[in-house]
Amino acid sequence: MISTQRTFSGSSPSQSPRSPSGQPFLSVSVTDPVKLGNGVQAYISYRVMSKTNMPEYQGQEKIVIRRYSDFVWLRDRLADKFKGIFIPPLPEKSADVQSKVSDVVLGKEKPVEESSPEYEKLKHYIFELEDHLAEAQKQAFRLVKRHRELGQSLSDFGKAIKLLGACEGESLGKAFSELGSKSEMMSIKLQKEAHNLLMNFEEPLKDYVRAVQSIKVTMTDRANAFRQHYELAETIRLKEINLDKLTLMRSDRAGEAEIEFRELKAESEEATRRYETIVKLMNEELSRFQEQKTAELGLAFHEFAKGQAKLSHDIADAWRSLLPKLGVSS
Amino acid sequence: METLPLADGPLAAVPVDGSGGGDPLLHPLQFDSSFSFSFSSSSPTRTSSFAEPPSNAKGVSLQATESPKGSIYPSPRPNSREDSDYLKITVSDPQKESESTVSLVPGAGTFVSYLITSRTRASDLSGSLQEFSVRRRFRDVVTLADRIAESYRGFVIPPRPDKSVVESQVMQKQEFVEQRRSALEKYLYKLAEHPVIGKSDELRVFLQAAGKFPLPATTDMASRVLDGAVRLPKQFFSSGEAGSGYVAAPQDVVQPAKGGRDLLRMFKELKQSVANDWGGAKPSVVEEDKTFLERKERVLELEQQLSTASQQAEALVKAQQDISETMGELGLAFLKLGKFESEEVVCDSQRIRAADYKHLATAAVRASRAYRESNSLAMKHLDKLHEYYGLMLAVHHAFSDRASALVTLQTLLSDLSSLRLREEKLEAASSKIFGSERTRSRKLEELKETIIVTEDAKSIAFREYERIKENNKSELDRLDKERHEDFIAMIKGYIVNQAGYAEKIAGIWTQVAGETNRYANGTD
Repeated sequence: MISTQRTFSGSSPSQSPRSPSGQPFLSVSVTDPVKLGNGVQAYISYRVMSKTNMPEYQGQEKIVIRRYSDFVWLRDRLADKFKGIFIPPLPEKSADVQSKVSDVVLGKEKPVEESSPEYEKLKHYIFELEDHLAEAQKQAFRLVKRHRELGQSLSDFGKAIKLLGACEGESLGKAFSELGSKSEMMSIKLQKEAHNLLMNFEEPLKDYVRAVQSIKVTMTDRANAFRQHYELAETIRLKEINLDKLTLMRSDRAGEAEIEFRELKAESEEATRRYETIVKLMNEELSRFQEQKTAELGLAFHEFAKGQAKLSHDIADAWRSLLPKLGVSS
Repeated sequence: METLPLADGPLAAVPVDGSGGGDPLLHPLQFDSSFSFSFSSSSPTRTSSFAEPPSNAKGVSLQATESPKGSIYPSPRPNSREDSDYLKITVSDPQKESESTVSLVPGAGTFVSYLITSRTRASDLSGSLQEFSVRRRFRDVVTLADRIAESYRGFVIPPRPDKSVVESQVMQKQEFVEQRRSALEKYLYKLAEHPVIGKSDELRVFLQAAGKFPLPATTDMASRVLDGAVRLPKQFFSSGEAGSGYVAAPQDVVQPAKGGRDLLRMFKELKQSVANDWGGAKPSVVEEDKTFLERKERVLELEQQLSTASQQAEALVKAQQDISETMGELGLAFLKLGKFESEEVVCDSQRIRAADYKHLATAAVRASRAYRESNSLAMKHLDKLHEYYGLMLAVHHAFSDRASALVTLQTLLSDLSSLRLREEKLEAASSKIFGSERTRSRKLEELKETIIVTEDAKSIAFREYERIKENNKSELDRLDKERHEDFIAMIKGYIVNQAGYAEKIAGIWTQVAGETNRYANGTD
């Protein structure tokens, strides 16, 4: 059963995240996946339960049913509204957006792009980071598979050894039987650890990759905003020159041109403001992102190390417990 | 890292760390580190589990420093080792040589010879050990194996290295030569270790006779199933002369039918063996005893299980190897990440993360290495399964020796009874049929002589059959005992190895878990 409960509170670090009063908090859980519908139109619905003390929400506790397309809707609405913020990515991102993002961000489509050395470095960093992370995630997934395979091998080996023991009989038969049983037991532990690795190590890495991809989306937004701001600024410059010319010539078109110019100026200022907002938000987000990722990865590493330590420890114990039975003092 | 065979301990070996062999179970972490060896793909040596693989030129025996009993032969069976005549056998120094005949085809007529040195326990009067060095080629080994097979029927004879049907170019490739050298060494060891064959003349001549290998190749290449007793061991003959001191007449009779010889006899034997298979005519010899048949059943069952276990062990070793590799690659990926994040650090959290990557990567690489070492040792342990599975073929040969000896005996018995029948008829018949009394008497005389010769042959065949039965039994007993010992040692060695390395790996990860503990929610 997949059930994750996350609780978020206001940004004051000194408060405990679970304090029900005072600091605003929002706790969400997604549970009980249920398959609905038939055939091609079948889908899965989830139970979304939220607990909060925030006044914007109607009531302290609410339960709704949502499906994946609803989550997509939410993500799109947020992406529209909050440019500059790294919207957490939804699972199963499609590949199409990827390439489009790269092209735009790398400035392949349009000739205009901002070229501050810092932003260049950042772009470079984000793209390379994604590659490295993807490789790490690939190996993590492979490691999960290897655990499963080893579990299977141990189980097969255990069975074969037990059969061999049945043939041999006496003390050897008993020894083989014990060896076989322990192997089978270890097989189970390995399968468990495989699952643990998948959930607590590989998944966070996957999340990290997706988060980097969402940064790239933000970079697309930034590139678009920059382009708009830049193009408008160019247009205004030309219009201003033209307006001056018309004013000098005392043309009747000067008035019109003046109005046009003013409108354009407002637009341009708006575009510039939008662009600058994105830049500011992005910088803030980046430092939040870095911190958050360090914490999340740190936890993932901790879980990984814990799981591996426990697995190896259990294996060592299991083997050692056999030794007295084999007449070896330990 | 040298290891020592424990002469009287249950375990085959103890890793030596200068602590002179403490109980490995008390100090699992002795497994740590000091021996790193690369796992080689050639067949693992026959030594105790923690030995380093021998280099190309060195023999398999270890240069052990001290040993409780002064034996330097590595063996999990100290008792049998004390009986062995040979202390050390080394195969080394492969050399290309040409046949003495000039050949038109370049490359043909060349072969590889090996230097074989051995040291014997039996010392001469001066009390010093004797050492011998000879040069032998693979063909000599085949001859040795064939001669042993002839002389030691009913025994479970260690299987010799395969002949390879490859081109002469491949024959000379270093890898092939090395594999063959190692296999030869193992084979000679096994022969020397066998309580009976180890003392054989054939082996002694092979190891000690200078110059060309003097034993002629066996003339008898016929299928062993149809073989009678080809060349009865000299133990049978009171004259006791080596080589060609055989009494001719029974020998002739007892020789199996072969192409060019008595075709009629061959058909008769065939009929007899077919009759046996179908449980048809009951010869007057007691049929296989129930005990033997039960035992044979058990052996076949064992073979089956050994085959499966051997396969699964191989799969297990591969799976462990895979996990080791992937862990290593994971470590590398994180190392790269760590390096990447260290370049142009923008903020503190990045710096911390870079350090975290490196810690994890280092641990993963160390764990990968530990897995690899552990696995390589596990493979050497579990190789015993493959070894005993391989021995099943030799057991089958021992069984078929018995079967063919029985066929010979039964053929002779049935011959005898039909001869006796003819004798009766001849005695009762009137001389009129034969033309004269003298003719009849003469024929009777000849018949009586044939009967006597056949009787002798039957006695010999009977004794041979009994001997082979006895060999079968004692060999099966010996095999059971040795297999039990070897497998118990294998299990213990395997478990101790796995436990030790598992603890080492647990330690590696526990350290990382401690370092990253600050990230936990406090719910640990």
